[in-house]
Amino acid sequence: MPTVFFTNQLARFIEAPTATVAGGTLAEALEQVFADHPKLRGYILDDQGAIRQHVAIFVDGTQAKDRTRLTDSVSEDSEIHVFQALSGG
Amino acid sequence: MTDKLYVGTRKGLFVLARKAAGWDIVETRFLGEPVSAVLAVDDMVLVALDLGHFGPKVWRRAGNDDWTEMQAPAFPAKPDDAEDDPHPWSVGRIWNLTPGGVDGRIWAGTMPGGLFRSDDNGATWALNEPLWMMPDRLKWMGVAGGEQPGLSTVLVDPEDPAKLTLGVSCAGIWQTTDTGKTWRNIGDGFYNEYMPPDQQRDPIGQDIHQIAHCRAHPEVIWCQHHSRIYRSTDYGATWHPIETARPSGFGFAVAAHPEDPETAWFVPAIKDEQRFPVDARLVVSRTRDGGKTFEVLNKGLPDRHAYDLVYRHALGIDASGTQLAFGSTSGGLWISEDGGETWTAPDCRLPPVACVRFQLGQG
Repeated sequence: MPTVFFTNQLARFIEAPTATVAGGTLAEALEQVFADHPKLRGYILDDQGAIRQHVAIFVDGTQAKDRTRLTDSVSEDSEIHVFQALSGG
Repeated sequence: MTDKLYVGTRKGLFVLARKAAGWDIVETRFLGEPVSAVLAVDDMVLVALDLGHFGPKVWRRAGNDDWTEMQAPAFPAKPDDAEDDPHPWSVGRIWNLTPGGVDGRIWAGTMPGGLFRSDDNGATWALNEPLWMMPDRLKWMGVAGGEQPGLSTVLVDPEDPAKLTLGVSCAGIWQTTDTGKTWRNIGDGFYNEYMPPDQQRDPIGQDIHQIAHCRAHPEVIWCQHHSRIYRSTDYGATWHPIETARPSGFGFAVAAHPEDPETAWFVPAIKDEQRFPVDARLVVSRTRDGGKTFEVLNKGLPDRHAYDLVYRHALGIDASGTQLAFGSTSGGLWISEDGGETWTAPDCRLPPVACVRFQLGQG
């Protein structure tokens, strides 16, 4: 099962625990987390569902390529890391 | 007299209270986070955060409850046929929070220009679609570094909450008389120097830094325009340029006296490429005769080597018109309790100040 890890910086605002999810794409994986934590969506994705400009998401060590539709593949043992990008702030 | 002042800065919210020894900070919250708008009515405080990484957020505190995150304003899904829209369908910044004149109603003006309405004291928000879906909205221009149009002011008629007047940087003045079902762009008399000659008087091309109306005479509206100060006495239909402002007519903020339609305050700066106080001397300018003449007020303000700029929402006035406060890009904060005649600075060095608001709803 893929695992999603969130930057500790989110803890200043909102609960964002590490989550084990199902899902074949990054979008499907994140949707499962957001189902339990609805407000978290707006921290990671913008109004149109794209990855926020100053958020970085890595799937198995590689930055997500599709920042708009989040179609990057996620495998059974993937690790997904959600960071704040080295910009903005 | 109001005894609470809310100051939103690049690094948090600061609450000041008037004590026997003067105004002092009594509470800090959201330290380290940019606060882009604040509204305090009775015992409710609503704050908009502009998180650099995680987007715009709304937090509320009511009475003695703890702060709670509310739903943030958000745009609906962008339709496929909106591809020619030059501006994003995603809230970049919440720029003002304005009481709607009806129990529970609050308006939020945002970048990139969306107007949002809450009827539950900021818990949930809905986009005003008629304004956002207007074909003319595609002509709005970006400002303020974000390259997005900014809906800087929402004026709500004190007697008729269905009548709203918006100031937009950079899209002029927009008005509705049916709570936002229909909108029209008004503003005869404005002109600017930053557009081609044949467009300089076009109402939609006007950079409205800030507008403020007299609560007792809402047909009188003051405008700190990018090019100069204007005043309207017919609810924004026509605007009269004011060329007598001293020491300059450039600035961002304006405060209107709630009862005297002849009186307003500004914080002038050198136009427009330099943007610091004339002669590096921080002053407030006040007119008490409808803009015919201006007084330059600086008792208690820095007289030299002051490079403070005061943003649109960083000049606040209380409901009585006697207390004013403003904060600057250099983190200065000054408060007057005598209509601007004299100013005192609380003992603090703040982060850059975005917004200054007195608590509303008190005697």
